[in-house]
Amino acid sequence: MDLSSINPILLLASLMVAATPIMLAAIGELVVERSGVLNLGVEGMMITGAVCGFIVSVSTGSPWLGFIGAAIGGAMLASLFGFLTQYLLSNQVATGLALTLFGLGLSALMGQGYIGIKSPSFPDWHIPLLGDIPVIGPIVFQHDPMVYVGLLIVLAVWAFLKFSRAGLILRAVGENHDAAHALGYKVKRVRMLAIMFGGACAGLGGAYLSLVRVPQWTEGMTAGAGWIALAIVVFASWKPGRLLLGAYLFGGVTVLQLNLQAAGMAIPVEYLSMSPYLATIVVLVIMRAGRAPGSLGRIFHASR
Amino acid sequence: MMKSLLTGATFALGLTTAAFAQDETTKIGFIYVGPVGDGGWTYEHNQGRLAVEEHFGDAVETVFVESVPEGPDAERVMTQMALDGADLIFSTSFGFMDPTINVAGKFPDVKFEHATGYKQADNVSVYSARFYEGRAVQGHIAGQMTESNVIGYIASFPIPEVIRGINAAYLQAKAVNPDVEFKIVWAYTWFDPAKEAEAATVLIEQGADVILQHTDSTAPQAAAQAAGNVATFGQASDMAEFGPYPRVSSIIDNWSPYYIARTQAVIDGTWESTSTWDGIAPGMVGIGDITDAVPAEIKASAEAMIESIRSGDMHPFTGPINKQDGSVWLADGETASDYGDDGLAGMNFYVEGIVGDVPQ
Repeated sequence: MDLSSINPILLLASLMVAATPIMLAAIGELVVERSGVLNLGVEGMMITGAVCGFIVSVSTGSPWLGFIGAAIGGAMLASLFGFLTQYLLSNQVATGLALTLFGLGLSALMGQGYIGIKSPSFPDWHIPLLGDIPVIGPIVFQHDPMVYVGLLIVLAVWAFLKFSRAGLILRAVGENHDAAHALGYKVKRVRMLAIMFGGACAGLGGAYLSLVRVPQWTEGMTAGAGWIALAIVVFASWKPGRLLLGAYLFGGVTVLQLNLQAAGMAIPVEYLSMSPYLATIVVLVIMRAGRAPGSLGRIFHASR
Repeated sequence: MMKSLLTGATFALGLTTAAFAQDETTKIGFIYVGPVGDGGWTYEHNQGRLAVEEHFGDAVETVFVESVPEGPDAERVMTQMALDGADLIFSTSFGFMDPTINVAGKFPDVKFEHATGYKQADNVSVYSARFYEGRAVQGHIAGQMTESNVIGYIASFPIPEVIRGINAAYLQAKAVNPDVEFKIVWAYTWFDPAKEAEAATVLIEQGADVILQHTDSTAPQAAAQAAGNVATFGQASDMAEFGPYPRVSSIIDNWSPYYIARTQAVIDGTWESTSTWDGIAPGMVGIGDITDAVPAEIKASAEAMIESIRSGDMHPFTGPINKQDGSVWLADGETASDYGDDGLAGMNFYVEGIVGDVPQ
């Protein structure tokens, strides 16, 4: 066993990268669920974002435009879910699952001509002065821009839900849509906007995989990341701060166990491999679980 | 009344014609563990399916289901295929073994072909490729190309096929470079590009300058390309888009001849349960182009090794070889047997020199 081969600075830096796609998808789904909608189509929206982002990035030569394309692609797929569940009143669970299957198939079709193509690289930012701080600099301030965009989105969502009037309305709709409707709030409009925001974030998470973390387009490349994101939302008790902790915990332990394996750690590989899931469950048990939004998953009938 | 009779007769005739047409067409199902666009394992199995379609034309109809998890889902998918009239079903991953046996028991008239497994039945054949022959060649090249003397290996699941590959690569790398060290990461997945890329990055950060993989996506190739000074090998498919560097060669699974032959046997009514385990010589295992990024003398010695494996002059597992615990596995000059105690088919141990335990 040679633990000296593990560079703790690189380990902590890669933790942030590993957590970013899950964090982006999860923060979008958190907003959706706080509005009272359960969208199980995160995986489908992520993979659609991955392929849209890749196609736009390759076509334009700009990773930034790729991420914008991914957000639009994810939001468009989410709006389909929104239309079906909010206006045609279809079952949210069934529609979400269908969205995942649809997204996987659609992305495979769209990405057919893009297998084996290299996307434009997204260089790491070396933030002046901050990036030069010993230890902390390489860990926190030398990443690609999307790591910081992800953190900003989490911060913005936290502030939006906690301090803004619009955030209060969104939470009210999620807690009791009938009461919110009685007060004159447009429940369907609020939920549609939340759903589209969730889709855009999932798209960004998917594009992070195809443009930064892997970086290439491969069919089915999200490989369950969307389901992890859904679990992280519940783990976080629908709170953005806890969500950040959950994503970093899961991403961090995943990276750590791979490092420990490579270093020849004397812990059986089976235990190391299940450690990200185990750690998440243990922390969830220790932390006091929050209550789900009151109207989560319930269909809203304006006529009632 | 007459109109109703005519309509009924036409409908019945249509059904009869359809039934006869169906009898003439052999329906073949394929069940895949990954997506057909994975660029590796499933991609090559799908190339085999396409070769069957091209070879037989309208005489066959093929169907496939991709990204099927190993376990109960596989059983459901195969059951549905059998109910839908499949005459022959190829289940193309080790973890489909028990589901294949279970479904085959319920459909004795349907023929099943299971890849990389070892359980047979009257209507279940098994087939695999001697991938370890290709791994031996990769180890031979890797051992000479590494400058850090650290070779990274991304393993999928601790099954004999994967363990054989690790051992074969290590033995040949060690033979040409006694200082070589293998760092093995078990990903516990066949296909997860993000995790595979992460595993490759971890190995590179820990000093590996050559990466071997037994997972199915091209993500480790992309990670090596980003690192810039790390050599890789294509897995299951050529992955030539990453050549000439980092991808310096590859193992290519060529399933097409086998799939065509087995389909022909079903059509002819000569199909019977068999066990096939072919390697470089019959062409089931191909070695992808060794690029010019490999120094000429290393390339020449690798090509000589390929030829000696093809001719049967060399077996990658030829003694003296000890097990990891130091006990003798193969005496001097002895070659490993395929089956039986300590045979290759059930290999569940590392050879001497590899650090770490085989996951149980």
